[in-house]
Amino acid sequence: MREMVAGLEIHVELSTASKIFCSCSTEFGAKPNTHCCPVCTGQPGALPVLNRAVVEYAIKAGLALNCEINRRTHLDRKNYFYPDLPKAYQISQYDEPLCAGGYIELKSGKRIRLKRIHIEEDAGKLIHERGYTYIDYNRGGVPLIEIVSLPDISSSAEAREFVEKLQLIMRYIGVSDCKMQEGSLRCDVNISVKDGEGPLGVHTEIKNLNSVAYMASAMDYEFRRQCEVIDAGKKVEKATLRYDVSSGETLPMRTKEDENDYRYFPEPDVPPVEIGDALVSEIEGSLPELPMVKINRYINDFGIRPQSAELICRYHKVAGFVEDAVSCGANAKNAVNMTLGTIFSTLNTEEDKENFDIKVSPAGFAALIKLYDEGKINSGAASSALMKMLETGKGVEDFIKPGDMKTLSDDELSEICRKALEENEDAVREIKNGKVKAMGAILGGVARAAKGKADMKKAEELIKKFIYE
Amino acid sequence: MKAVISKLSGMLKSGKISSSELAEKYIDAVKRDNAKYNAYVNETFDEARKSAKEADARLARGEGGPLCGMPYALKDNICTDGIETTCCSNILRGFRPYYSATVHEKLSACGAVLLGKTNMDEFAMGSTSETSCYGAPLNPRDSSRVTGGSSGGSAAAVAANLAPFALGSDTGGSIRQPACFCGVVGFKPTYGAVSRYGLIAYASSLDQIGPLASSVSDAAIVYDAIKGKDPKDMSSEEVSLSATSLSGDVKGLKIGMVKEYFDCLNPEMAARIEEVARLYEKAGAKIVSLGMPTLSRALPAYYIIACAEASSNLGRYDGIRYGVRCKNYSDADELMTRTRSEGFGKEVQKRIMLGTYVLSAGYYDAYYKKACAVRARVREEFDAVFGACDVLFAPVSPTSAFELGYAQRNVIETYQSDLYTVPVNIAGLPSISVPCGKDKKGLPIGMQIIGDRFADEKVLSAAYFLEQNEAFCEDDEEGGVAL
Repeated sequence: MREMVAGLEIHVELSTASKIFCSCSTEFGAKPNTHCCPVCTGQPGALPVLNRAVVEYAIKAGLALNCEINRRTHLDRKNYFYPDLPKAYQISQYDEPLCAGGYIELKSGKRIRLKRIHIEEDAGKLIHERGYTYIDYNRGGVPLIEIVSLPDISSSAEAREFVEKLQLIMRYIGVSDCKMQEGSLRCDVNISVKDGEGPLGVHTEIKNLNSVAYMASAMDYEFRRQCEVIDAGKKVEKATLRYDVSSGETLPMRTKEDENDYRYFPEPDVPPVEIGDALVSEIEGSLPELPMVKINRYINDFGIRPQSAELICRYHKVAGFVEDAVSCGANAKNAVNMTLGTIFSTLNTEEDKENFDIKVSPAGFAALIKLYDEGKINSGAASSALMKMLETGKGVEDFIKPGDMKTLSDDELSEICRKALEENEDAVREIKNGKVKAMGAILGGVARAAKGKADMKKAEELIKKFIYE
Repeated sequence: MKAVISKLSGMLKSGKISSSELAEKYIDAVKRDNAKYNAYVNETFDEARKSAKEADARLARGEGGPLCGMPYALKDNICTDGIETTCCSNILRGFRPYYSATVHEKLSACGAVLLGKTNMDEFAMGSTSETSCYGAPLNPRDSSRVTGGSSGGSAAAVAANLAPFALGSDTGGSIRQPACFCGVVGFKPTYGAVSRYGLIAYASSLDQIGPLASSVSDAAIVYDAIKGKDPKDMSSEEVSLSATSLSGDVKGLKIGMVKEYFDCLNPEMAARIEEVARLYEKAGAKIVSLGMPTLSRALPAYYIIACAEASSNLGRYDGIRYGVRCKNYSDADELMTRTRSEGFGKEVQKRIMLGTYVLSAGYYDAYYKKACAVRARVREEFDAVFGACDVLFAPVSPTSAFELGYAQRNVIETYQSDLYTVPVNIAGLPSISVPCGKDKKGLPIGMQIIGDRFADEKVLSAAYFLEQNEAFCEDDEEGGVAL
């Protein structure tokens, strides 16, 4: 029985306003070399000054991932030559990382343990154009955390869940937007094959995976490849690989990476960082409710389905919106369903949902949901009113007039219900035989006849009464 | 020793001379004499005239401190906005930073007038300034001899009266030893007392900027102007003491004489330092005999740590962003390799190789790590020593100034000649090199007064006593600006 054994190394760009060692902006997508200064371009004589916010963001990330925060930590220089690395060393952490241990728990209950999290600076970017190579140093000095897992991952699905959970947590606590397409989350995978009870095989490293889907297919391909090598009676060789998207294969990288000796030594320009207990408790206190906890609470307290809870909690702002609406008096279940159905239909991309920039306030949304809760409007009317509210930013009162609401008297409603029962004798029989679902047909008849002016809850009660009387 | 700054400052304040007139005097002297000494490698006379004019306006308003309108020189590894800064290396020829070192900004804010950049060993690596890409500066006391190094140009400029003061940098003795060779005062402050921002790094954990001047009181005035915490340098610290009120009172001062500093010292120098000690004793100081068994290990530890840091610090000179780029290359690797092979001199390449070696996997523990352990031990021994005394007396160099070319022929001996100066850098201590007479060859000899971390004022004050003593104040008046 062969098993995949994999560990991940994930680089997450922190969303601090300024870089790790200078006050330059970290904004993505600016004109090349406009967010640069003597420090982040490694000019002679310039010195790094550690941005405290980076340490705080990294502590926050560590606490959210159940890590120990080391009270004393220092930075090291990782020396290598590359044109995008302006000082010819990256300031990183080697033997005294900021965070140690920690884990992410998968849905199955399995914990993927973390080895460490450390802070470091990003390098610039090479741009190849018209036969020349240009360098953009805007990204140079952008703060990163490197999260290293233990080789606890045994399938690409677990890896995918791990990365998605990590992204979710990082976004929730506001330390990174984790956009793989913009490179603010980058992933390397170490992978090997374990044969039954035998020893762990030699691992290969797949570098720079820039989407969760590519990561999963790269892992699956590489696992199969290693198995084939073993089947052929050969040995897997240690290698650094890249994933070729067009062929779907992992290929050796042309790199001297493996031979590189980074000659780490303590960074003399940045004194060791002492972290007080007070700071750690303060940051711990500032952590929002984490997504997994929130999902469970929604399932238990709101009585909604796990899938709905996950969908809502995937976006911090959406969850906040729903909760605010609930505290304004909206029924949680209805608020969730209306959000997932109607509001999400207007937000096409993940980014739109992430930003959740809508024209309706939680209170305005709650006012609408309440009408629905109280049976004053039906779901169709609620949904179309909400669409108009989302378009115009106006309140519910602009779209639902008192006249639109249920004005049918109890007698009128009774009449309609009786008629619907008569028209659906088959359904009535089925219900009596225990097929409760058949109720839908009868209620549909009521709704059609009432033209949206019926309190459907009351109608259901009446129908039940009539059937079982 | 003469208090040049206080004298000139008095003249400027009283209007006896304007800053512009004073600047012209120095400009004329540099034009006339620099060819003899090669002290300056880049003159900034236009900028000097402009700053002098501004200083005159301040002086006319009755504003400005003791350095307002005062000409000075900067070692060429201290960055000056818009002014070529090369570390006397071919690899940085034509490099004009677009920012200034904090010390330059502070001095400019005081109204001091920059005359130019001074000669030095390439990237401050050397003890004679002969590794400069501009050729060696010559010792104004004897032009067949070296100035010492690496701040040789700064020492020569002050010794030849071509600047009232200059700044140098000291990684293993680079202020104190040339000051000693040229017969001037050189002060290396506590590590962290003066910002390193804009000082082109040789070995970051050892480098420190400090003044070279004609007298202790002059050095103190300059130190006072450049010291203090700088938000741009995390290793800098606030220095609360004011260094300008030197009493020179040594009554009750406990002077430590560490045996290991004197073990192999040539008798002539040892006798001179003894003589100075007796003078202090007579004025009420107490002499304490002490030992530091690890002291001799500071030298190898220094070369390992300095070269290790240098190998990393000098990685950035790759021809990609600034400085000189090699002419022919086919890819980025070749560009970087050729630029570095062509741009760096032999000594620099040697130290980069050494540093790369001691940090390499498999050698790190045996060299770099061990050197750090020695460093910690040396610090502990200094801590113990300063529990028993206020300041230490020590030699600066085993010999007076070498003849030109001698160091290139005697490399190991030259490295070893740093043995008295490097322990101070290893431990981050303040130390001043003061002239204390001449040897049989008629060359200046000096001694160090070393203090505990942030006891800079104590060091300056102890040295000031010596300056007050006639027997040790033989002035050499040759060339430059006559005062």
